[in-house]
Amino acid sequence: MDIIGVSVPRIDAIDKVTGRAAYVGDLEVSGMLHGKILRSPLPHALITGIDTSEALKLPGVTAVLTRGDLEGLDPFYGAVVRDRPFIATDKVRYQGEPVAAAVAVDLATAEEALDLIQVEYEELPVVSDTLEALSGTGETVHDTNLCRESGYEWGDVADAFAKADHVFEDTFTFPMVYHYAMEPHAVIADYSNQGITVWSTAQHPFLVREDLARMFGFQLQQVRVVVPYLGGGYGSKSYTKLEPLVVALSKVAGRPVRVALTVEEAFKTIRRHSARCTVKTGVMNDGKFVARECLIHLDTGAYADNGPLVADRAAERVMGAYHWDNVKIKSYAVYTNSTPAGSFRSIGAPQAAWASESQVDIIADALGLDPLEIRLKNLVIKGEEFRPDRRPLDADPAAGLRLAAQAIGMNLDREPEDQDSELPIKIGRGIGCNLSGVGSSPTSTAIVRLHVDGTVTVFAGTTEIGQGSRGVLAQVASQELQVPLDQVGMVSSDTGIVPYDRSTGSSRSTTMMGLAVQGAAKEVKEQLLELGALHFDCPEEELSVNDGVVLRGTESVAYGTLIEEEFGGRAGELLGRGYVTPRMNNGRLRQGPAFWEVGIAAAQIEVDTDTGAIRIPHYVSVADVGVAINPQQCEGQDEGASMQGLGHTLFEEMVYEDGQLLNPNMVDYKVPTFADLPGDLESMMIENHDGPGPFGAKGLGEGGIVSAAPSVANALFQATGVRIKDLPLTPERVWRAIRDAKE
Amino acid sequence: MPINHQNGTIPMELTVNGRAVSLEIPPQMTLLDLLRDRLSLKGAKRSCDLQVCGACTILVDGHAVSSCTYLAYEARGADVLTIEGLADGNTLHPMQQAFIDNGAFQCGFCTPGMILAAKSLLDETPRPSEEKVKEYMEGNICRCTGYRKILEAILDAAGKSGGASG
Ligand code: FES
Ligand code: FES
Repeated sequence: MDIIGVSVPRIDAIDKVTGRAAYVGDLEVSGMLHGKILRSPLPHALITGIDTSEALKLPGVTAVLTRGDLEGLDPFYGAVVRDRPFIATDKVRYQGEPVAAAVAVDLATAEEALDLIQVEYEELPVVSDTLEALSGTGETVHDTNLCRESGYEWGDVADAFAKADHVFEDTFTFPMVYHYAMEPHAVIADYSNQGITVWSTAQHPFLVREDLARMFGFQLQQVRVVVPYLGGGYGSKSYTKLEPLVVALSKVAGRPVRVALTVEEAFKTIRRHSARCTVKTGVMNDGKFVARECLIHLDTGAYADNGPLVADRAAERVMGAYHWDNVKIKSYAVYTNSTPAGSFRSIGAPQAAWASESQVDIIADALGLDPLEIRLKNLVIKGEEFRPDRRPLDADPAAGLRLAAQAIGMNLDREPEDQDSELPIKIGRGIGCNLSGVGSSPTSTAIVRLHVDGTVTVFAGTTEIGQGSRGVLAQVASQELQVPLDQVGMVSSDTGIVPYDRSTGSSRSTTMMGLAVQGAAKEVKEQLLELGALHFDCPEEELSVNDGVVLRGTESVAYGTLIEEEFGGRAGELLGRGYVTPRMNNGRLRQGPAFWEVGIAAAQIEVDTDTGAIRIPHYVSVADVGVAINPQQCEGQDEGASMQGLGHTLFEEMVYEDGQLLNPNMVDYKVPTFADLPGDLESMMIENHDGPGPFGAKGLGEGGIVSAAPSVANALFQATGVRIKDLPLTPERVWRAIRDAKE
Repeated sequence: MPINHQNGTIPMELTVNGRAVSLEIPPQMTLLDLLRDRLSLKGAKRSCDLQVCGACTILVDGHAVSSCTYLAYEARGADVLTIEGLADGNTLHPMQQAFIDNGAFQCGFCTPGMILAAKSLLDETPRPSEEKVKEYMEGNICRCTGYRKILEAILDAAGKSGGASG
């Protein structure tokens, strides 16, 4: 039997179409109270006093949490830098930072209690511009405004620029973007002196467990993090977010407590980094790239969260998918008084690709070269060692790019666009391509149980955030163990039950957890062969497995029978363990990245030069997946990523003024709707059976977002001759640019 | 409205998923809160809370409404259908089946509202054009799928229902 490459329905399908799928906000824990957070109205201020006495007198209020309740615990956390207290201590660093929280019998009472808490502030100057923040003269958010300095350097860029035929320098900006996982963060915490149980919207429950154990002084075995269904993540629910605060609330209340954020609060929890990126590129007359120098400033907001890693990744990703002999990249994550920025689908990549891939078209135009041709001339080729100490390229971006370009009619030998000069509608085509080293760390474990009736339960700590991990992992187990898919069950995301997995993100789960599940299934298979050899009284070499039985020639014995024979009667089960560590798989995963994910897009657009509105009749994304274990789910990942990319391309932007977020709601912050669906949204899969994951698979899910913006902006240039270097490409911005170009 | 002056509530009756319900509610209670908190029907989700996203969509007398901003009292005497009442026992409604067949959801948070909105579309217009679907469904946001597979699911369900062109 063969179940790899089959678009089987999702394991959670029935739950999700019948409304039975329960999310954290749907759960009821016995004795549970409700918490609400008081947030700072000011972006930057010292807290000079907090008075909770009136709030505590309100009937129905159980407890109020402030900085006064931190004794005996460590309130600081952070994925890379522990710079964040879960409740403000000496000062607030952004508008929306938690200052106090109330617990009550119901939400309305908790809300009422917040009105009765008096907080006195002493305002501080607001840090908002990243360049100013680093000037060393003004106010600082922390001891310093520099959160991370990162970069690469090899060759001699100065010398290469001097020898280059042309040097281009352009600066691009990328806006702050909000994930809008439709389910905002929610946590139920139950604290006792015996330990903590938390139900959370956490993408990385094991990392949350680690933080909670450290902060509240428990052993890992005393902390249990359970993740039910998640209503979207896209990075917004990675690492520790709301959990410590709710655990502390449960501690002061002495009862289980739920805090479910509103969308406005989620806006004030995490976002994508805005960026300012200057790219300088040296090129020869024939279009050959010789040197690149970049300066990237990423606004990481009030706390580091995953900002340091975003700075690292942006530095790598701004080199694009090109070969460079001379490179000098500086990337800074900078603190400002705004919502903390962290992981969002392909960290640092959309910002980097926006700059890099827009400039490639600027260069092509200046040199009279075709956008596809100049890329093909400079793209890294498969097998090339193109970044020091990193894995050689294991993908073929040139093939993917050709495919995408061709799909929208952008071949090398195409006719120039036939624009009707009378009509306001102009047509343009554009492409973009980038590479992201992904897979995060090779740290996953899994357990496979083969029951006495021949069915299987897989224990895997990957969080099902909608990406379909449960189904894909079940398919891997089904295939490896040759047990029909409808006889494979999944248990996931409960740190008290399933074995360790580091994280769910960076397109890693199909590869890393996939290998762990495959390894565990293999271990069970080995035991089946051992038992089969006893059963048939023959060497194991004569045996094979298929469809639930061990075979010897034409004879067969069911898995369950072998288990019964071993344990005596209808009892017992076989256990398999799967480990993914840097040492495993012959050290194949020791070198980073686990694999390179391409992000290739091609857009055919129509611009109304009278209004500046962009329509997209045809949009193509190409993903190199090695093997599509479930093609339908792969497409879904890629299509969803593409649409999110078109969102930040065309209209998404969090707007701040004097440290105040002006549009923290879904009326004023627009995300793509049905009306924005391209006439034809196409997702193409390259399958070369060459990935490091099970059966030759690689991950996907992030690449689709990466090249949306440059492909559309490049198409806009082809259509109108106007080059815009700031996102989003709102009608107003496009219209103004066209008008300015005419003048 | 007949307010109970002792506790400020109002009595109301309605039918939810085919069953008569009578209860006393605060006058300002939304239909979403009534369903989720009073009747423990958690299928309708709260997201934007501003009548933008459609996650809370349910059907009131067959019409899709955003229950997050719909006063519960306005539904007195009405026939309310939530996602929990759509399937006929273990037999899924054709729209639910079409969503599964076409891979039209990922996280599933938008799905209950999406399916009910789509059902009401086909009840009104059994064979909608692609443009009509896009227009009708604009009030239902999905952040995961990119909409294409939802569009395909709805057209698929319309094709299978064999209704007249509209
Ligand atoms: S929650 Fe009601 S429309 Fe968004
Ligand atoms: S499936 Fe996640 S929002 Fe639609």
